[in-house]
Amino acid sequence: MNPIFSRWAGATLAVLALIAAGCGPAADTNVIKIGEYASLTGKEATFGQSSHNGTELAIDELNAAGGLLGKTLQLITEDNQSKPSESRTVVNKLIARDGVIAILGEVASSRSLEAAPVCQNAKIPMISPSSTNPDVTKTGDYIFRVCFIDPFQGTVMADFAKKSLKVQNVAIFTDVKSDYSKGLAKFFKERHLANGGKIVAEFDFNGGDTDFKAQLTAIKGTQPEAVFVPGYYTDVALICIQAKQLGLTVPLFGGDGWESDKLVEIGRDAVEGQHFSTHYHPDVGTPKSRLFVDAYKKRYNAAPDAMAALGYDSVMILADAIRKASSAEPAKIRDALATTKNFDAVTGMITMDANRDASKAAVILKVEGGKFKYLETVAP
Amino acid sequence: MSEFLQQLLNGLSLGAIYALIALGYTMVYGVLRFINFAHGDVFMLGAFAGFYLAPKVALVFPPGSIAGAVVVFIAVMAICAAIGVSIEYLAYRPLRRRPRLTVLITAIGVSLFIEFTCQHKKVFGPSPQTFPELLANKTLHLGGLTVNTNQIVVIALTAILLGGLSFVVQRTKVGTAMRAVAFNEQAAALMGVNINRIISFTFALGSALAGAGGILFAMTYTKIEPLMGVQTGLKAFVAAVVGGIGNLPGAALGGLVLGVVETLAGGVQGLSNYRDGIAFAALILILLFRPAGLLGRAQIEKV
Repeated sequence: MNPIFSRWAGATLAVLALIAAGCGPAADTNVIKIGEYASLTGKEATFGQSSHNGTELAIDELNAAGGLLGKTLQLITEDNQSKPSESRTVVNKLIARDGVIAILGEVASSRSLEAAPVCQNAKIPMISPSSTNPDVTKTGDYIFRVCFIDPFQGTVMADFAKKSLKVQNVAIFTDVKSDYSKGLAKFFKERHLANGGKIVAEFDFNGGDTDFKAQLTAIKGTQPEAVFVPGYYTDVALICIQAKQLGLTVPLFGGDGWESDKLVEIGRDAVEGQHFSTHYHPDVGTPKSRLFVDAYKKRYNAAPDAMAALGYDSVMILADAIRKASSAEPAKIRDALATTKNFDAVTGMITMDANRDASKAAVILKVEGGKFKYLETVAP
Repeated sequence: MSEFLQQLLNGLSLGAIYALIALGYTMVYGVLRFINFAHGDVFMLGAFAGFYLAPKVALVFPPGSIAGAVVVFIAVMAICAAIGVSIEYLAYRPLRRRPRLTVLITAIGVSLFIEFTCQHKKVFGPSPQTFPELLANKTLHLGGLTVNTNQIVVIALTAILLGGLSFVVQRTKVGTAMRAVAFNEQAAALMGVNINRIISFTFALGSALAGAGGILFAMTYTKIEPLMGVQTGLKAFVAAVVGGIGNLPGAALGGLVLGVVETLAGGVQGLSNYRDGIAFAALILILLFRPAGLLGRAQIEKV
């Protein structure tokens, strides 16, 4: 090789190495960085905010108690604005630029599914607080969740339709844009048919639509005894209003996507008396839950919902894994997370199964007087 | 049968709103020969203007009263007219003598500017808001049909506004001037028509209708957000094209046709997911057979 060329090449390499070192995650030895991506604004903003509040509360409690491994925890939060493809970008940023050792998020399954491959490829453990679509953790062995999954939730609501609503002929109205909605609809249908029920109509909508009257008129024509709407709260509220306007007065019911104050704010009297399943309710009085409710109320002046409790649990289970691993290395945290067993969390006992999903109980709530009232707990 | 009539009614009340917005697209096209892509955002601003005004008006007139609703409507239409005129003055007028493509791209820029400014936390914020109840919404049962007073208000008000618009355009001096400018700008100018004033007036008129559409939409669907004008604006634009762009009754007809086709498609099991797709496919078919639109006249362009 030409000596001049090789000298240049050497110098270039050295400079590149310097740049790479400078750009790499700064190794601050006194903090453990944890990344969070959430829908703080946009269509599912109340989910993201509740979840974020719970997460923040947990981080601050841990830091007040002396942190972990003698280090303070630093939470770095990114907002994906409830938009598609934004989650991938912000999670990439959290991993590549901030150098976080674990990722917390998201509520919506579609967005968790987007970020999961990024975390899996970077070998950074990701814990979803409340994405219930089964596919989320199937992405790989670095992806966990602290909530139950839709096959269970679908079963719970199908049994509820049979036993409590006492209905046979049910229509399903699915949001085809959402993996969560499609999954929940599928599992509900399977169980409902197995229970001897009938599905009289299956209609679809696109999340974010405003006019549902066409589908609802057709649904009304099939004379269902109840309509299962596994959607998110903004769409659900509009669906309830328009159903009422069209004189479709049968019960509407759904899953944890309903749980938001916005449901009542937008839906007003149209959502009154409707039911949905979710993860947690403050009235479920385990000692752990009571402590959490008090701390949450003190800090945010509001009662926590399921998303807040799950956000809190996602941090606590991560902290437990870091303690068990006595290391902040992503691979070791992952191994410790996978062995979580009977962890006493706010939303109930959490055991990670072989698919890295939490197996735990669901609760059924009813909208009453503009509030969510606790009806019953259904164990897996 | 009653289900079909119900769907027809649903479709008409949806289409009436498309029609109101489509008129704005078609009027501006008629006069300036370009598509004002920011028109859908004026519709959104109208809904938000109503959202902020209604509680203030409710302090004077009891909430749910007709007088209060009328005041909100008039105020919002005035605000939107002002917004439309300012958009034209600031963004389009300086480019009047430039190639039409420049103005078109500017229009897209104005649209994106409004959408993303309004999504900022300090403006409206990206989260959906609940529109207050302007008029008490009652449900009536006529035979097998379920009719909401809201749907009646939407259809009736659209009819009134359409009548008013056609009066302005056909019977008044300024309307005649508008038609003259649309026909031949230079000749109209030579006849002493103040082109700038007529163009401002066209924008004011179209934007006021979009504002009314915004309130009607918000009253019917109660959820408003800064991006609500994107999809609705697009559909109204298509409605204007189908009716024959530049043709006022055509825009109204196009809106109604689009609303009805979309609703009928949405009511078919297995197709409900594709309601927009089917509506647009039907429109492409219409345009294949009538390239100038339903009521448009084919124009021979001199080369």
